[in-house]
Order: sequence, then C-alpha cells, then structure tokens
Amino acid sequence: MTSALLEARGVGKRFGGVQALKDVSITIHQGEVYGLIGPNGAGKTTFFNVLTGLYPRDGGEVLFAGAPLNLASPHEVAKAGIARTFQNIRLFGNMTALENVMVGRHVRTHAGVFGAMLRLRSERAEEEAIRRRSEELLHYVGVADRANDLARHLSYGDQRRLEIARALATEPRLLALDEPAAGMNATETAALRVLIDGLRTDGLTVLLIEHDVKLVMGLCDRVAVLEYGEKIAEDVPAVVRADPKVIEAYIGTSAH
Amino acid sequence: MSFLKGRTGLIILGIALLILPFMLGMAGTAWVRIMNFAVLYVLLALGLNIVVGYAGLLDLGYIAFFAVGAYVYALLASPHFGLHLPFWIILPIGAFVACIAGMVLGAPTLRLRGDYLAIVTLGFGEIVRIFMNNLSNPINITNGPKGVNLIDPFHIGPINFAKTDTIAGLDVSGPIKYYYFLLLVLIGVIIINRRLQDSRIGRAWVAIREDEMAAKAAGINTRNIKLLAFAMGASFGGISGGMFAAIQGFVSPESFILNESIMVLAMVVLGGMGNIWGVVAGAIVLAFVPEILRYTVEPAQMALFGHTLIEPEVLRMLIFGSALVLTMRFRPAGFWPETRHKRELVEAAEK
Ligand SMILES: Nc1ncnc2c1ncn2[C@@H]1O[C@H](COP(=O)(O)OP(=O)(O)OP(=O)(O)O)[C@@H](O)[C@H]1O
Ligand SMILES: [Mg+2]
Repeated sequence: MTSALLEARGVGKRFGGVQALKDVSITIHQGEVYGLIGPNGAGKTTFFNVLTGLYPRDGGEVLFAGAPLNLASPHEVAKAGIARTFQNIRLFGNMTALENVMVGRHVRTHAGVFGAMLRLRSERAEEEAIRRRSEELLHYVGVADRANDLARHLSYGDQRRLEIARALATEPRLLALDEPAAGMNATETAALRVLIDGLRTDGLTVLLIEHDVKLVMGLCDRVAVLEYGEKIAEDVPAVVRADPKVIEAYIGTSAH
Repeated sequence: MSFLKGRTGLIILGIALLILPFMLGMAGTAWVRIMNFAVLYVLLALGLNIVVGYAGLLDLGYIAFFAVGAYVYALLASPHFGLHLPFWIILPIGAFVACIAGMVLGAPTLRLRGDYLAIVTLGFGEIVRIFMNNLSNPINITNGPKGVNLIDPFHIGPINFAKTDTIAGLDVSGPIKYYYFLLLVLIGVIIINRRLQDSRIGRAWVAIREDEMAAKAAGINTRNIKLLAFAMGASFGGISGGMFAAIQGFVSPESFILNESIMVLAMVVLGGMGNIWGVVAGAIVLAFVPEILRYTVEPAQMALFGHTLIEPEVLRMLIFGSALVLTMRFRPAGFWPETRHKRELVEAAEK
C-alpha cells in the first residue's frame, strides 16, 4: 500500500468573479508522478500558488506528510518539503546559474550575519558544502557548463532545467513542476522525461502540470483533470484518456 | 580595479593611503578634514548599499540612522548630560540604537516596494530630524535646533584626538588621527561587506531584489531577511554618525536633512549599485566635487569677472543633477556596476 504524501481537501480560490478553484481535493501518494492537466485557465497554476502559500486560499486545508501545512508562509512550505518551478520561469536573472541553485540551499543551511562577517570554520565549511551540492545539482540537470553565466543569459531550455535544480536544492519531498516542457524542442523534452523518471527512481514525488499529452500520459502514474476550477476526473492515464467528460472538456475548449 | 589585485599594487595603495593625510595637510588641514568627511560618506554609502544595492529596497531616509548614531554619541559624551563615556563604548551603543531604529522603520514597511517604500522612508527620515528639533521640551533631551556642543573627541590612552602630537618630529594633527581611525574602520567595513556579499545572507538579499516571489518559494523568509538588511544598513549608519559627532564636536538637526539622504543614495547609484568598489569610488567623487568647486569656482570667477556670477552651491546642484540624469540615461547600472559575473568568469578562466 502506498501512503499519502499530500492531501488537499476542499481547496477553493476566487479572483473577483472568477472561481479559479472550487472544492478541489487531491491525494498524492509517496513516490508517484502525479499529473495535473486541464484546458487553459482551468486553475492548475492557481492550485500550485495556493499549495505553495503564494496566494491566500478561500477555503480548504492541505496535509503534508500527515501534518497540516502552514499555507500562510511560503518559506514554511518550502521547509516542510515542497519545491516548485514556475510556468513563466522566475529565476534570479542577475545571479549566476550556480548562485541561483545556491539560493535554494538557503532553507537547509544556517549561517547568519555574524557567521558571514566572522567567517569561522563552521561557516566556511557550510559555504563549501552549499557550493559543492549546488554544482552537483547543476551537473544533475545538465547545465554544469553554464554555472558561471548569468541566469538571464541562459537558453530557454537551460533556464527551465536551472529552475528544477534550484527547486531540488531545497531538498523537497514533493517537486511541483508547472509546464516544464513548455517551449522545449523534442530533444529537450526527451531529456526532461529522463530527468523526471530519474527523480522518481530516486524516490521523489512529483506533481506535474503539463500540456504535452504524450509526456503526461507516458510519465504519470495517475492524472487529475481540472476544468473551470473543478476536478472532473482522476485515475491512471489510460482511464482518464478514455473518460467522456475529459474528452468533452478538451474538445469543448478547442472548439471555441 | 585590476591593479589592486597584485601584491605590489596593494602595497603602493597602502603606502599612498598612509602618507595621504600629510600630503593633504600641506595644502591645509582643511583638506584632511574634507578627506575625513569623504570617508564618512563612503561608510554611509556602503551601509546604504546593503539596503539599496543588495536587497533592492529604496531607502530615502537613510541619513536618519546617521543622525541617531551622532546624537547617541553627542548625548553620552558631552556636558549636555554631563556624561563622558569613552568612544569604544558609545560607538557600539550607537550602532545598536540605530539598528533598532532600522527595524522600527523596516517592520511596518516590509510589504511596500519601490515608490511607496521610498515615500515612507523619506517620511521616516524627516520624522527623526523633526524629533531631534523638538525633543527639547518639556524635558531637554536633544537641545532642539541649537544642537549639542562641546562633544568629547576620541581618547585612546594618552592620545587625544583633538590635539596635535609630535611623533618622531612629525606633527600629527587631530584630523590626521581621525583619518587613520576612519581608514581602519573603512577597511573593516569593506571586508564585512565583501563577506556578506558572498554569503548565504548576501545571496538571499540579492534573490529578493531579483524576484521576491521566487525567493519566497525557494524557502527564504523574506520578511526577516529584509529586516536584516535594514538593521545592518542602519548599524553602519549609526557607527558613522558617532564618528561624525566626535570629529565635528557639534551636532544639530540641520546636518541630517533630506538632501543628505539623497546625496548618499546618489553615491550608491552613480558608483554602481551592489558593487563595493563602485560605491567607494562614487562616494569619494561626490564628496570631493563640492569641496573642489568651493575652492576653485569662486576664486576663478573673481579673477575673471571681479565678482561671483554663479554660487558654488548652485553649480554643485547643477552638476549633480546632470550627472544623475546622464548616468540613468547612459549607464543605468552605474559607472562601476556589480561585477558578480565578471569576477566569476575570471575565476573560471583561471581554473
Ligand atoms: N492573480 C490573478 N488574478 C486574477 N485572476 C487570476 C489570477 N491568477 C489566475 N487568475 C484566473 O484564474 C483562472 C485560472 O488560472 P490559472 O492560471 O490557474 O489557469 P491554468 O490552468 O494554469 O491555465 P494555463 O494552462 O493557461 O496555464 C483564470 O481564469 C485566470 O484568469
Ligand atoms: Mg498555468
């Protein structure tokens, strides 16, 4: 039996007249790749933003590893073990690729102002460990050769991978990826798929928003479908793909 | 600044800085004093650089922390309250009080950014100045607009910083002693700034400047880290203020007007936000330009026209204004912008 890592119960979010999320309940099991799909504007990104504490929610609660998640402070969410990437890449543009990943180590390290000023042995050791781990992660996602370039000078695909490295640096138990393949060519997408597969092998749980149907169906253990802020289906890919409601939702929107 | 990297370059620079006050002293002790005020401005600019350059928080009231440090020194080492504590006790107290003031300013403004933050900090700076002006009634704390007089100079053992000593036949005046003290503090502050820049906290500051939302999602407690930037910047301002009070021997609220905050901000922006050497250079240039003008503009006009057509003060503002506009237009990152990546490229090439 797999155990639940994340349990969202009745999450709701409204923007003025738009009900972006309506009573959404989702359970993600330890070690699975969980897909979240749906037409444009269905509320997928909003779900991420509520889950990571960036937007206040209107209702519902989220349990993570059995304990309620403090959604009022995003850094607590990161500390609890949820890391994310952004649909519209948000890197620290004027920092190097390596520094971007090093920022991700912040939440797992401790040096304070006085430690930095005095540069005692323990601080130097920690700084060295931060650097080494960050270099490993750059290597892992395949942008090690750009380590000392400014993040804003990286290619689109490299930026997406760098964002994943920064997220991994926080040592998450759940990695939430918002359309990681968007803007990638076929080769890059194939490499991304290998990367995510590897993460699963390493025991990481992944929540994946993606429009690339082939990627989602090939990669995910289970898939949930959102439409107009409501979950309309949730099952293994083969069942979801055959679900008339899902077909209706997709054909319905593409007909507009 | 690559010439600073070699050891010989460093030795030459060191010797130049050591004999500088005596060279300046030949032109008149006034120039040593001007140099000391320039170093004070450099210290202020480096403190503000943490807030504006690293963390990206636009602070237009920074001079308030300088004022707090100066008044702490003035009240604890003058006949006003009859207290005469030694400077090495007062300077840390001044830094601490300024640090608290920094957090008092920081806490309510954490949600604000850009223009709104600028307006609130500007107001804070003015409030502090107005307090200094009016805290003479009903209990006389600050002595109001008249300011505090007869502030004790530094004493280190038998050395009095207000008197001239003759060491090995060399006359070492008070300003020259302060110069050496300031130089030591400056070296310390530069080292601290560099270490902060390449630390976990320094990276968090820059991350917040670059993208606050992404910084939050990456696990940074942005509220605390921003507060830390305000507190650190304020502490530097407080220490500088204490030294200012001792050097000047007198403080009054009019030393801490909005123009001074703008001046320090201009030093940070012109030099190159976030880059320590740029900020140092910007501060020295902007601190010296008005003095050089003062000593050249009037005599030159007197010689040419027989009377003064343009006041040096007017010319100063004209030059500052044009310099700022031209910088923003042609070098928006400052004259010596942050070299974070350049530095790392050099390191990579060396490997
Ligand atoms: N910050 C916001 N303010 C107002 N409305 C918003 C905001 N963010 C999202 N919305 C609205 O909420 C709804 C859901 O948007 P969301 O971005 O979550 O969709 P999505 O499923 O991620 O779509 P896409 O596939 O295009 O990324 C949309 O109608 C959108 O306009
Ligand atoms: Mg989206």
